[in-house]
Amino acid sequence: MTNAARPRALAATVALAALVLPWVVARLGPAASYMLNLSVIFAIVAIALNLLTGFSGQISLGHAGFLMLGEYASALLTLKAGFPFWAALPASALLVGAIGFLVGLPAVRLSGNFLAVATMGFGLAVPEVMLNWAGLTHGSAGLMPKSPTIGGFSFGSDVAYYYLALFCLALVWYICATLLRSRTGRALQAVRDSEPAALASGINAAYHKALAFAISAAFAGVAGALYAHYVNFVSPNDFSIQDSFLFLAMIVVGGLGSLPGSLLGAVLLTVVSQLSTSLGQFSIILTGSVMLLAVLFFPGGLISLARRRRPTPRVPAPLAQRSAAGGS
Amino acid sequence: MFLRFEQVSLHFSGVAALSAVDLEIPQGGIFAIIGPNGAGKTTLLNCVSRFYTPQEGRITFLGRDLLAARPYDLASLGIARSFQNVAPFGRMTVEENMLVGLHHTIHSSALSQVLRLPGARAAERQARAQARDVMEQLGILEHSQRYADELPYGVQKRLDVGRALVSRPKLLLLDEPAAGMNEQETAELGEWILGLPAITGVTIVMVEHDMSLVMGISQRVAVLDFGRLIAVGAPQEVASDPAVVEAYLGKED
Ligand SMILES: Nc1ncnc2c1ncn2[C@@H]1O[C@H](COP(=O)(O)OP(=O)(O)O)[C@@H](O)[C@H]1O
Ligand SMILES: [Mg+2]
Repeated sequence: MTNAARPRALAATVALAALVLPWVVARLGPAASYMLNLSVIFAIVAIALNLLTGFSGQISLGHAGFLMLGEYASALLTLKAGFPFWAALPASALLVGAIGFLVGLPAVRLSGNFLAVATMGFGLAVPEVMLNWAGLTHGSAGLMPKSPTIGGFSFGSDVAYYYLALFCLALVWYICATLLRSRTGRALQAVRDSEPAALASGINAAYHKALAFAISAAFAGVAGALYAHYVNFVSPNDFSIQDSFLFLAMIVVGGLGSLPGSLLGAVLLTVVSQLSTSLGQFSIILTGSVMLLAVLFFPGGLISLARRRRPTPRVPAPLAQRSAAGGS
Repeated sequence: MFLRFEQVSLHFSGVAALSAVDLEIPQGGIFAIIGPNGAGKTTLLNCVSRFYTPQEGRITFLGRDLLAARPYDLASLGIARSFQNVAPFGRMTVEENMLVGLHHTIHSSALSQVLRLPGARAAERQARAQARDVMEQLGILEHSQRYADELPYGVQKRLDVGRALVSRPKLLLLDEPAAGMNEQETAELGEWILGLPAITGVTIVMVEHDMSLVMGISQRVAVLDFGRLIAVGAPQEVASDPAVVEAYLGKED
């Protein structure tokens, strides 16, 4: 605890680097800029998933589903209901969050493998629904949401969109960090570590599990809306079960239960998976290998490299001292 | 009556974990429930904690029907507990563990916490001050920013009891608090527990299979064997009760 200034200096450096990054990356060409923006959008998904899995102890193999719901919600709200993007974005978050709460309700009774299968079922169902509900979604023809504008300014360029996505990432990060330090965030982590002890402490475990689903889904919905208005095209082929696995790989590689880890994992795996798309099926193998290596060599995630080693546990104070202290 | 069991029976697919248990526990001091392994002690606590619902009988706390309560209602009714095997919340700091124990005393919504509204911040500040006081009393303040699962076992155990005590419950249920401790640690722990009712006003119901710990510190002892209550009384009476001796000796082989 001696130098609290160090993390702050690091945060300031990262923030500054994040602000100049798009100009540097732009020199590498549009493909690099696209990859950068995708990394930022996927970092939001990784944080959302880590809140659910790393901090609340509930696995999801269906986050691509929430992402897609966010895409469609925002595209439909702007195209069919006449919402401006700036209203459609929070509205999509609320809508997908509400769906997440409903998905979370039955999931509350499931755990481990059963929860994995149930959420995977959800993730598989969403693209099917979007494909078949053609009256609303235009099926495989898709929808074409526009780039956001503010006044006369359009966020149509990669660099402009980067700042928009970065702002959303920063906001999502701040909300998660604040939440995790609060009563509600502690309740989520307590349920993760021991449900009986959490219940005995007065925590409504089922409610908090569903709440974690809702918040996580809402943030995934934000990422979906951002993606939709970035690529200006939404179709049932945008995200699949493979992406759900990719998101899970991001948080495992980066570090379960770590916000900076989510960011690290998202950037690494977005870059790896994008660079290897030309390899077709080998892309999955490459992504899988990265995940395997990371888990083998850094079981705590890449972020464990950055963590200062905590002092080793000291010999406990004699119990005699404890009873004396208890008498105050 | 403070805590009352009336004809409480619970079967697990044929196994009678509790058979028509009638027990009255008065307010104040330390009440011990002993019995050999598998006697139904944890099951009895789990009925109070509402993890289990007996098939028959009633449990009342200060006249209130506990079987109508949900597990997470008990903390605000003033009933806290520690667990036999479960350590505290391992991947949370000591301070966070204590704050979880204050969960039901902090009244603020998730939204007001994220927005850091003045009311939520004040409630959080007050809880942190209270947690700090109790950590100081328990002698674990120096560990407050350490993760619970990094701590030595004895400190974890104290933390778990502290987490249960921090909100000043009326009734504290302890399930084999000395499990895994050596003789000296057990004696010291017993001394510490002995002091708690006088300091905090809490009534302790302690489950133990090791008779030696409870004899010195409890006012009354109840003995369970195969789910039946076979004796209740002062420690010395109970220890010399033939049925109790038989129950303990019968398990020795
Ligand atoms: N959840 C359960 N399912 C099935 N049997 C159980 C369960 N919990 C306890 N039992 C059984 O009930 C009996 C009493 O167990 P328990 O209350 O844990 O004993 P104690 O705490 O006195 O050692 C044992 O025979 C045990 O196997
Ligand atoms: Mg037991």
